[in-house]
Amino acid sequence: MEWLQQLINGISLGSIYALIALGYTMVYGIIKLINFAHGDVFMVGAFVGFYAIKGWGLGFFPALLFSMAFCAVFGVLIERIAYKRLRNATRIAALITAIGMSLLIEYGVIYARGAQPEAYPDNVLPSTTFNLFGAQINSQSLFILAVSLGLMIILQIIVHRTKVGKAMRAVSHDIDAARLMGINVDRTISYTFAIGSALAGAAGVIFGVYYTKIEPLMGIIPGLKAFVAAVLGGIGIIPGAMVGGLILGVVESIVSALGFSLWRDAAAFIILILILIFKPTGIFGKNTREKV
Amino acid sequence: MKKVTKFWLFLILAVVIYGIGQALIQTGILNAFYSNMLILMIINIILAVSLHLVIGITGQFSIGHAGFLAVGAYVSAIITMKFELPFVLAIIIGGIVAALAGLLVGIPTLRLRGDYLAIATLGFGEIIRIVFLNIEYVGGAAGMMVSNMTTWTSAFVCLVITILVISNFTNSRHGRACIAIRENEIAADAMGINTTFYKVAAFSIGSFFAGIAGGLFSHNFYIIQPTNFGFLKSFDILIFVVLGGLGSLSGSVIAAILLTVISTYLQQYPETRMIIYSVVLVVVMLYRPQGLMGTREITDFFGKKKSAKGGI
Repeated sequence: MEWLQQLINGISLGSIYALIALGYTMVYGIIKLINFAHGDVFMVGAFVGFYAIKGWGLGFFPALLFSMAFCAVFGVLIERIAYKRLRNATRIAALITAIGMSLLIEYGVIYARGAQPEAYPDNVLPSTTFNLFGAQINSQSLFILAVSLGLMIILQIIVHRTKVGKAMRAVSHDIDAARLMGINVDRTISYTFAIGSALAGAAGVIFGVYYTKIEPLMGIIPGLKAFVAAVLGGIGIIPGAMVGGLILGVVESIVSALGFSLWRDAAAFIILILILIFKPTGIFGKNTREKV
Repeated sequence: MKKVTKFWLFLILAVVIYGIGQALIQTGILNAFYSNMLILMIINIILAVSLHLVIGITGQFSIGHAGFLAVGAYVSAIITMKFELPFVLAIIIGGIVAALAGLLVGIPTLRLRGDYLAIATLGFGEIIRIVFLNIEYVGGAAGMMVSNMTTWTSAFVCLVITILVISNFTNSRHGRACIAIRENEIAADAMGINTTFYKVAAFSIGSFFAGIAGGLFSHNFYIIQPTNFGFLKSFDILIFVVLGGLGSLSGSVIAAILLTVISTYLQQYPETRMIIYSVVLVVVMLYRPQGLMGTREITDFFGKKKSAKGGI
């Protein structure tokens, strides 16, 4: 039953991708910007969680909440400093700014604390292994899955049941019409960045607890893969990001299990290319006609 | 008539610069450190100009250029090291294989636009890197030893050919078609321009010269590793083009020269270098999104003739 074990590993990894992908997809849905710095918010979240656990001796949940709050503020700051002026700029200018912000955060962190990796303490969560139909399953991966699912449910409630969520949906549907209806667009965009970045921060802490090792450039590859997950599910669509993340995680585990672990990173990009060629709008996407 | 004089002026200028460089290196005024910096500068200029054709002229936002650099570097290294064929042949074959790779990547991805294209090229760049990482024949992650064959002369000849071909392409009927695509793809299509053809053509010409730069690159550094060609390298090239001005060939040349000098002096402080790069990138985008030169060329500042390339 090794397959079941790989499947559970894949779903745990996929739920981390999904949490990051949610931030990408929400931001893209609202201001049509690929926020390259999002993977680095994930990295910052992992480090904040690490210092909270190791330095202040907080438990898992307080550290998770602290990291989420920190990242929410950080995400809003990035948006206010760099992206706000670019609302009416060309897409290329916005994309390049996002790349610049990403590099700035990465190397700013390296400059501030050095490039050496850190290791999360391994007693943050109780770790027991138990047998399920012959598969060795770690309680940590189930716990992580539960936390991720909980966060996603909270997100769904925020988006569909609150006023802020309604404003977010309105702005992503038509930004000008939303402004005419009296919605404070700037504040809504800030909320979006705050929520997305908080999820990325949570993903960072979860990643740290699960994989132990964190370092300043760790955000690049998960960030890109989360973007792949967002595109896979249909960018701008929240359930799409969740499904895309889970699919990507499972595919990666299967590729590793088949003995091609060195090709694991390529698998994500091959999925990306295939989806872009055959269905660029993603699994849940609808085709829209281009108007001249 | 005017174009012919411009051509000869360019050639004379090139010969003069070449002569000065050669004299300085031969007489030993420039030590190995500086002559190496000059060669690196030339490689960077070739990369910048080749990406300028894709992003600046055709308006296709590609951020996987390091992948084609990698193809050129590895193929030419295989030809000189494993088959022991001459260096010149290696550079040309490296360029051709990179152009084929560009064709292969370009045909499916160039149907995409804007952000999707950027991400797809990024993905392809990473795939190319991972492929080299997994081929034992070229050393895998450990890298491949390459002997040093790049000289000032060979590098400079490649540079002159690159600039001549790309500037002539830009000023030809095909180049104007590419500029039309940059300005408005749908309008260009409506005017009867075969947009797919020109996008793929520009992409593979850009890849060809990136491959040439790759040949020079691998024979300059003694060892090549897949990590040299990650997407940070692609961003380095992108920064040359963006900073110089999207659509300005001389702008990207100037930016490549400036940034090579800066990064050579900051070699001991890689974090500071990257912080400066990124701050410059963000500040330029916020306050001068068209780059230092915009779409103008350096020659526009001399003659009274208006730019033929059309502004923003």
